[in-house]
Amino acid sequence: MDAKIVIKDFNLYYGKKQAIEGFNLSIPRNEIFSLFGPAGSGITSLLRAMNRLSDLTPDLRVEGDILLDGKSIFAPDLSMTALRRRVGMVFDVPTPLPLSIFENIAYGPRLQSKKSKAALQDIAEQALRAAALWEDVKDRLQAPAMSLSGGQQQRLCIARVLALQPEVILLDRPCSGLDPISTAKIEESLIELKKNLTVVIAPHSTQQAGRIADRVAFMLLGKLIEDGTSEDVFMQPKDQRTNDYITGRFG
Amino acid sequence: MKKFKEKLSGLAFLVLALSSISVLLLITVFIVVQGASSIGREGLLNFVFGMKWAPSQDIYGIFPMIVGTLSVTLGAAIVGVPIGLCTSIFLAEFAPPFLRNIFRPAIQLLAAIPSVVYGFVGILFVVPFIRNFLGGPGLSILAASIVLGVMILPTVISICEVSLLSLPRQYKEGALALGLTRWQSILHVQLPAAKSGIVAAIILGIGRAVGETMAVIMVVGNATAMPESILDSVRTLTTNIGIEMGYAFGEHQEALFATGIILFVMIMIINGLAQSVVRRKSK
Repeated sequence: MDAKIVIKDFNLYYGKKQAIEGFNLSIPRNEIFSLFGPAGSGITSLLRAMNRLSDLTPDLRVEGDILLDGKSIFAPDLSMTALRRRVGMVFDVPTPLPLSIFENIAYGPRLQSKKSKAALQDIAEQALRAAALWEDVKDRLQAPAMSLSGGQQQRLCIARVLALQPEVILLDRPCSGLDPISTAKIEESLIELKKNLTVVIAPHSTQQAGRIADRVAFMLLGKLIEDGTSEDVFMQPKDQRTNDYITGRFG
Repeated sequence: MKKFKEKLSGLAFLVLALSSISVLLLITVFIVVQGASSIGREGLLNFVFGMKWAPSQDIYGIFPMIVGTLSVTLGAAIVGVPIGLCTSIFLAEFAPPFLRNIFRPAIQLLAAIPSVVYGFVGILFVVPFIRNFLGGPGLSILAASIVLGVMILPTVISICEVSLLSLPRQYKEGALALGLTRWQSILHVQLPAAKSGIVAAIILGIGRAVGETMAVIMVVGNATAMPESILDSVRTLTTNIGIEMGYAFGEHQEALFATGIILFVMIMIINGLAQSVVRRKSK
């Protein structure tokens, strides 16, 4: 297996409280990888650690390592902005910036390097197409992003990350609170996206994990219980706790 | 019986609430009644745009004072707003908790210092400094701008800080997750998002500067002539009333009330602006 991300003996603490414990996991390239488990399992903490947004939380401490293409993301000489461009993130609530639709997307690439207006138009169109939003907004790119519906806003956030051409995209319950049609559109675009990048998603339901993920990992109380291909984990779970969770006996 | 009590308590609160509103009404009516006859006699245009204020000759023109008020207020904004805004960004985004815990109460204390003390410090330090290094009498627009600029800091800082802190966390995180630096996030995302709060803070600070009297009397020189540079003495609308009301009577006193009307209108406009900006924010 060609691993894009390797998590090694990873521990994460909020003050004295341990949120992730002895975590080891490999996430392969160009696949959709789904981390699932009940709330409070440390999934969000783990995702936030992968592009070091966790640094914003005071009193947060990590041990162990996370490797991206074999290099530690905790290396002291690593540029935080470069890391976050390589590893993009989409949050559970849509977070468009208070700008126009076009500006939301053009904004990141423009800061990255000087680009002509035409190039930015191109980038925006590609990103919006990839996030299945282009048809909805092509006639009103200058409208404020806040005027979009919740599902459209979330696809805009995905497009915004894609415009930076990341290698990995992290999605933290991106479809919670969205209607089934928006959810289906986002799932379709994720399946399309894995050709070019690695997708790590915390789904809002185990069904979603089953629908789109190539591999899954079940987490419980900050520990990895088991991981493997979706078929293996969902059809023949090795661990009793995984079985209980996916058959709905708890959680 | 119970119903009666309910009604009575409701009535009591209504009366108390009305009493605070009625004070505003009383003041407005009082000033207008006292001052209107003066404006009527002089003519509104002659009064507002008159260049000469000579109560002994019954000549009342307040244009130099309007210019004085505007220039001192603008100066205070130029001094106070950049410092205040930068301080609030520092407190909201960069300051470690222990520094924040020192800064916040210190800034609140700044608001609690009586304005006469600001004037005193201005006379002792700011005025001689300007006189010695820049020339002129020292008592000047510049001196008042500096003193007022410091006085509006608490207003500007605390409202700016609150509007920055009340932004959804996702704005900042979303920006950082796009690979922006912290500074880019503040400049391009957080400040624009907090814009209406910041504008409201500036307008409220300006409102405070327009209305301040005591500290300004002490450092502005109070000359009634039209100023030619920021090193000249001026008189503001508030200081005009503050200085002369003690001994004025008759037409002179009415002219001071008329000055109050103009000041009142200016402050109403500023407050109205602030409220419309804040309302736009909450939409």
